[in-house]
Amino acid sequence: MSATAPGARRWDGISFEERMATVDFRVGARAHISVDADVCRSCTTKACVSACPANLFAPTSDGGILFNYEECFECGTCYMVCNSEGALTWTYPDGGHGVVFHHG
Amino acid sequence: MPEPTTTSGVGPEQLSFDAVVVGAGPAGAAAGLALARAGRRVVVVERGPFPGAKNVYGGVVYGRVLDDIVPGWWEEVPVERWIVRRSTMMMTGTQSLSVDFRTDAWGSAPYNGMTTLRCHFDAWLAGKATDAGARLLTSTVATGLVRDGSGRVVGVRTDRDGAELLAPVVIAADGVNSFLAKEAGLLPRAEASHHTLGVKEVLQLPPGAINERFAVQDHEGVDMEILGCTGSIPGGGFLYTNADSVSIGVVLSLPELGASGVRPETLIADLKSHPSLAPLLRGATLREYGAHLIPEGGYDTMPALAADGLLVAGDAGAMTLAAGLWLEGVNFAIGSGYAAGRAADRAIARGDCSASGLASYRADLEGQFVLADHKRLRKAPSLVLSDRVQQRYPGLLCDLAEGMFTVTNPTPKVGGLALTRTVAARHGVTLRQLAGDTLRGLRIFG
Repeated sequence: MSATAPGARRWDGISFEERMATVDFRVGARAHISVDADVCRSCTTKACVSACPANLFAPTSDGGILFNYEECFECGTCYMVCNSEGALTWTYPDGGHGVVFHHG
Repeated sequence: MPEPTTTSGVGPEQLSFDAVVVGAGPAGAAAGLALARAGRRVVVVERGPFPGAKNVYGGVVYGRVLDDIVPGWWEEVPVERWIVRRSTMMMTGTQSLSVDFRTDAWGSAPYNGMTTLRCHFDAWLAGKATDAGARLLTSTVATGLVRDGSGRVVGVRTDRDGAELLAPVVIAADGVNSFLAKEAGLLPRAEASHHTLGVKEVLQLPPGAINERFAVQDHEGVDMEILGCTGSIPGGGFLYTNADSVSIGVVLSLPELGASGVRPETLIADLKSHPSLAPLLRGATLREYGAHLIPEGGYDTMPALAADGLLVAGDAGAMTLAAGLWLEGVNFAIGSGYAAGRAADRAIARGDCSASGLASYRADLEGQFVLADHKRLRKAPSLVLSDRVQQRYPGLLCDLAEGMFTVTNPTPKVGGLALTRTVAARHGVTLRQLAGDTLRGLRIFG
């Protein structure tokens, strides 16, 4: 570890992909998240993009949102921080599917 | 247990029970256990492939709640380490100040707290329920409430071909996002300010390295709570030792997380590389990354806990105690779940599962730790997450310690009050504010 200035962002050498590769996902056929890109285009904050701990939401060049549902922790952060009613629909994945924590 | 009544014919399959419990976490398992012990036909519905599959916590389980429910529980519970050291740390980027407590008393029966992994602990407790006769239905989502003509809850729909599980009482132990409590109108659809996000990494380390680095013996563990490690976002950090791994993470207030643009995992990376923690974690490898929401609003944000045919327990009822000095949840889930199961049994016996027939649940919780602790500490979450506690005091206290212990010869030592005034001013805090917050803290925690 190199010396860093107080408050400077440090890096632990683990890429996001490596982090996510430690998690057991049993991906179901049905997407349990849906996003209305038209509503997202009018959203100025897009808080879901940075807050989602699984980094499932990506802004598109036309102001919309692209999302993946496959590697979702099912935490609920996205719909909680979403400030546009109706932009994001969120349910649980079908029974037996989705994330399986072994060290939770 | 007796087989449930099956109705077939037109429409979805219907199975009838005395009670339906949704969620096989600690709240649901305890509810199922209480009902099964009372001889009730109870089904516990779990959406994961096994109990605990969807659950992430810090974490530590405080076992006193189990004494009456599973006597001698410590002989059989799947424990990682028994907590004998508890450390509260305040940090800045380059400093840390800890209050570190250790006692032999927590290292032997009946113990105080333990680290355990949820897929082990939750499955163990759910096993108690099935041993007592509860039926456990895994890999099944309760997709909605079934109501009768008068709006009373009489069961749940599932995603198993729409099959319905019917009963005069449903216990929603379906976690922090409780869609059942939301559908019943008891919880708001989404209230970010009542929630924090916990993100955690489990880092593998040899047991011997954990013993040496954390100054503990085999089977002994450490619980560290950390303030000052979440930047501009109100929250805190934690580090717990498991048998051959360490759980480290941060808890972040949702509205500020959303507004900050900061990615949550970068705060774990920062914490891991803090000069006070990095040496403890050197060489550790990542075993699992995870995240979960926490209902941290406290007593004043709790939903009504009963409706006609419905009880709410555990995280679904916002029963996580996030009061700075105390961070507890699993014990509240067990306490509330078991009480919900017993209240449901009494209501079934009387033939009245209306909200008023189920009201003994809340009265029971008010009379024991579950709601008494929450009520007494109702103002703690707002103090702990307040701007000065979050943004000013960690640095202020670290600078105060540095000022006290830096030897300045030949310049004479500065008096404590003068030093406090200087350091407080440097952090934009007046002595009056400092005294006021101290008093407020004493009132809340005292």
